[in-house]
Amino acid sequence: MASVETMRTPTAGDNSVQAFDVERVRADFPVLQQSVHGKPLTYLDSGASAQKPKAVLEAMDEVYRTCYANVHRGAYYFSQHLTDRYESVRTKVAGLLNAASDQEIVFTRNVTEAINLVAHSFGNSLSAGDEVIISEMEHHANIVPWQLLRDRVGINLKVVPIADDGSFRLDAYESMLGPRTRLVAITHTSNVLGTVTPMKEIIRLAHKAGALVLVDGAQAVVHSKVDVRDLDADFYAFTGHKLYGPTAIGALYAKAELLKEMPPFLGGGDMIRSVSFAETTYADPPHRFEAGTPPIVEAIGLGAAIDYVNGIGMEAISAHEAGLLAYATERLSAVEGLTIYGRAKEKAAIVSFTLDGIHPHDIGTIVDREGVAIRVGHHCAQPLMERFCVPATARASMGLYNTTDDIDVLVRALEKVKELFG
Amino acid sequence: MDDLLRDLYQEVILDHGKHPRNLRHPEGANRQARGYNPLCGDQVTIYLVEDEDGRIADVAFEGKGCAISMASASMMTEVLRGKTEAEARRLFDDFHRLCTEDGFTLDQAYAEDREALERLQVLSGVRAFPVRVKCATLAWHAMTAALDGEGQATTE
Repeated sequence: MASVETMRTPTAGDNSVQAFDVERVRADFPVLQQSVHGKPLTYLDSGASAQKPKAVLEAMDEVYRTCYANVHRGAYYFSQHLTDRYESVRTKVAGLLNAASDQEIVFTRNVTEAINLVAHSFGNSLSAGDEVIISEMEHHANIVPWQLLRDRVGINLKVVPIADDGSFRLDAYESMLGPRTRLVAITHTSNVLGTVTPMKEIIRLAHKAGALVLVDGAQAVVHSKVDVRDLDADFYAFTGHKLYGPTAIGALYAKAELLKEMPPFLGGGDMIRSVSFAETTYADPPHRFEAGTPPIVEAIGLGAAIDYVNGIGMEAISAHEAGLLAYATERLSAVEGLTIYGRAKEKAAIVSFTLDGIHPHDIGTIVDREGVAIRVGHHCAQPLMERFCVPATARASMGLYNTTDDIDVLVRALEKVKELFG
Repeated sequence: MDDLLRDLYQEVILDHGKHPRNLRHPEGANRQARGYNPLCGDQVTIYLVEDEDGRIADVAFEGKGCAISMASASMMTEVLRGKTEAEARRLFDDFHRLCTEDGFTLDQAYAEDREALERLQVLSGVRAFPVRVKCATLAWHAMTAALDGEGQATTE
């Protein structure tokens, strides 16, 4: 694992926070040394997918080169060795989320799969007229599975509105909770607005009403320390590729007593106790929910990513990103004709914006020529775009390796966009 | 500013993008279709008024999108007026090749209206930006869908 020297720097309001040497961090990410169209890469799209440190690349490469085998299968050394390492990642994930037990961690491909798992294995137990509550700022991954559930069992899907500044409206939410509310599925951090939702309160109110809560943590685990027990979350999903790990590996946390009662999602190998044509019995959680050969090497990569992030420290990352967010907000706000969407008080390092009279798609193409990678489009959140009456936005999302220089490059590139459009 | 960007965003395109021609819902439209690009959310609705001889008597559009898709829709409405269905389809074939094929020149085109193709050639800068080809062809796909009576075209 790459070691990153930490040093104490005074930070406004909290001088106990440790900052880190961002240049040392950047050196850990080979892709950041690349050029695009003859310009140094300025990567501001970590919210879509983060870049990978050498520690992750090397861990995965090492497995393929030295000890690759299928897991949970063999009586031979490599299979057992890799099974142990694969299962040890479950422990790391449990540690990342502060789960009580690694048996509460189900590996999934991504958050989308995790939510679909809950929508089936838990959702299928719901009845017509039961209610599931989501919010206006959900990613399509936390909308469509519930619509499919609505089509299957006839639940009612209710949508909590958000305020104009992009914050979650607790008052509206509280008034929507009722005796038929069975599940609340809300993002912990909006992928478009950056809004951090008051999740502890959302969960407390849901539990008071007798409902469970699923948290979409795709953006949240990346930017801050998550503690599922402190939150008292029932389900919490995140994905590895946004946490500097590989694609195709993520996890669902679920309370042990819930997993115990839930039927399987996908059927196949690895999730069974015994199979006959007359009857099949299923493995205990979490393996009951992990059919087929898993993304073994990707899981090892995720373990390396968690080690990497822990090595730096989530508090240091949060502090670094808070500084970036403040700087980006200030610099972008000063660009004439630029509108920022999402100004919630609690916010992660994600800035969505538009420029007057210029479509985000054109912005994306032009800044790309300056080496700047940002996301433009609807960000898989079309209802949210409608809420703000825009077809699309441009979005700069920052990670631990970004610098204020990156923001300066973006701002200069935006000035070029405006120059071209005159 | 680099040359590829200057090629893509020529003055003519920026002008059409900012001030699209025929941005309206025409009286008596007897064919229409919606074009949708799910990647960026751009959408245009193309309206055609076909006369009894099968000629496009009027063509207009409504929609929202990037400079390229708006300029392309605007310019399309200008060149399609008076064309037969077959002529309109041939223009699209050539225009599509203009937007996608390196080395394609107007000598290889088979649409009759050279002047129209010369005007449309200004959009061929998208060749250097493959993800933007769909922006340039969105309105044309919708137009074809309208002729086919399909009502909807997506660029996926």
